[in-house]
Amino acid sequence: MEKSALLASMISLVERTSSVLPDDVRAALSSAYDREREGSIARDTLRIILESADLSRDSVLPICQDTGTILAIVRGEPSKTYQDIDDALRQAVALLTEKGMLRQNCVDPVTGENTGTNIGEHVPQVHFIPSNGPVTVSLMLKGGGSENVSTQYSLPFAELDAGRDLDGVRKCMLDALFKAQGKGCAPGIIGVCIGGDRASGLLLAKEMLFRRLDEPNPVPELRRLESRVVEEANRLGIGPMGLGGETTLLGARIGLAGRHPACFFVSVSYSCWATRRMSIELDPEGRIARWL
Amino acid sequence: MAVTRITSPLPPDVSRSLRTGDSVLLSGRIVTARDQVHKYLASGGASPVELRGLVIYHCGPVAVQENGSWVIRAAGPTTSMREEPYEAKVIRTHHPGAIMGKGGMGETTREALRTDGCVYLHLTGGAASAIARTIVGVEEVHLTQFGQPEAMWVLRVEDLPALVTMDSRGDSLHRKIESNSLKILQQILKTPFS
Repeated sequence: MEKSALLASMISLVERTSSVLPDDVRAALSSAYDREREGSIARDTLRIILESADLSRDSVLPICQDTGTILAIVRGEPSKTYQDIDDALRQAVALLTEKGMLRQNCVDPVTGENTGTNIGEHVPQVHFIPSNGPVTVSLMLKGGGSENVSTQYSLPFAELDAGRDLDGVRKCMLDALFKAQGKGCAPGIIGVCIGGDRASGLLLAKEMLFRRLDEPNPVPELRRLESRVVEEANRLGIGPMGLGGETTLLGARIGLAGRHPACFFVSVSYSCWATRRMSIELDPEGRIARWL
Repeated sequence: MAVTRITSPLPPDVSRSLRTGDSVLLSGRIVTARDQVHKYLASGGASPVELRGLVIYHCGPVAVQENGSWVIRAAGPTTSMREEPYEAKVIRTHHPGAIMGKGGMGETTREALRTDGCVYLHLTGGAASAIARTIVGVEEVHLTQFGQPEAMWVLRVEDLPALVTMDSRGDSLHRKIESNSLKILQQILKTPFS
């Protein structure tokens, strides 16, 4: 792969992810707007959300000033160009931070100093997953407010009377949404992982947020659980930004991982209405072959 | 819905007269303060700006310098609740006209708003472009040692739409919604998934 082509591809990927709402998320917000009562705070909030997101797209500005934590997942056949992809992404991130497409979101937790570039220890986070087929890069910019309301449960969980079954999972999901109120910028999307260990569970839950809202879950029980939780969450009355209304959750995406017999984790990754994720496929030269 | 025009710094009687549910259009001079500035002020740090009557905005903007002057590209609110451990102290020491952010605040701040005659203004989280459009100027930037997003920005805004969600009488829309949603949650949890 050509280094200059890779850099250009990474710049496009980061810039578009920061400024354009994925079409399925925009469609879900738009139907939520239609559903909310005329003259309500909820409808007015969704109008502001849609107008602001469109303005960001049209003027190539960040959708949200919190351009989030940067997570990239690269898939492809193992190759030494992985290092070049990593280098190109870091370079693109630093350049776009300077241009004001990304905010300086990397603080040294010991000294309290902002690195000013979005580059730091383990930042940005890049995962390489060996897989057959062309190289793809998936990018997520996830805001800190939504990350703060993300959480993990260990079942059984007495406080909710949640046992080690799908009803226990449902209780955890609804509890997480109740506790988030408007603080994660509702109406959001939740990515959930049932099983795994504490570390893999939260990462897989976050990866679930890459799934489109209109893509049905391959596991029938999980598909039913997703619809049930969305319907129940929207009865809570929390509404857009927690100011009341019919729309608290745009979608739930549940995945699973094998669990240790002693462990039953439910990991919940909350993503704000401004869910920013984009994926690209690269051609052998490192140019964008297509947006996925 | 009737909209009240207000200008920061707010006279005390204006802050006291605003009620939960009121829509306002805010103009004037406002100042940003988020986590590090709040911690600094609450631990007795001197404010580089006289805060009396001003609107304190929980925001870490995306700002760039163009031809020697600052341009704000995105400036939505951050989650106010993180400032809960500090806000009451900031209100009682500096007497701002309003606190502005998203998601509302807790009991300690609610009490400080009541006793100090202050008010909480809510903005739509993530609406960074729409809000940035109402920022007509950057007057000053202070406390830059906290990094650009966490510095204290003095901004001039014009007709910024906001909603009063906590007021000087102790009313809080956030508190009401939380307690209603808890009752509904308890009902919903009773019907198992099978």
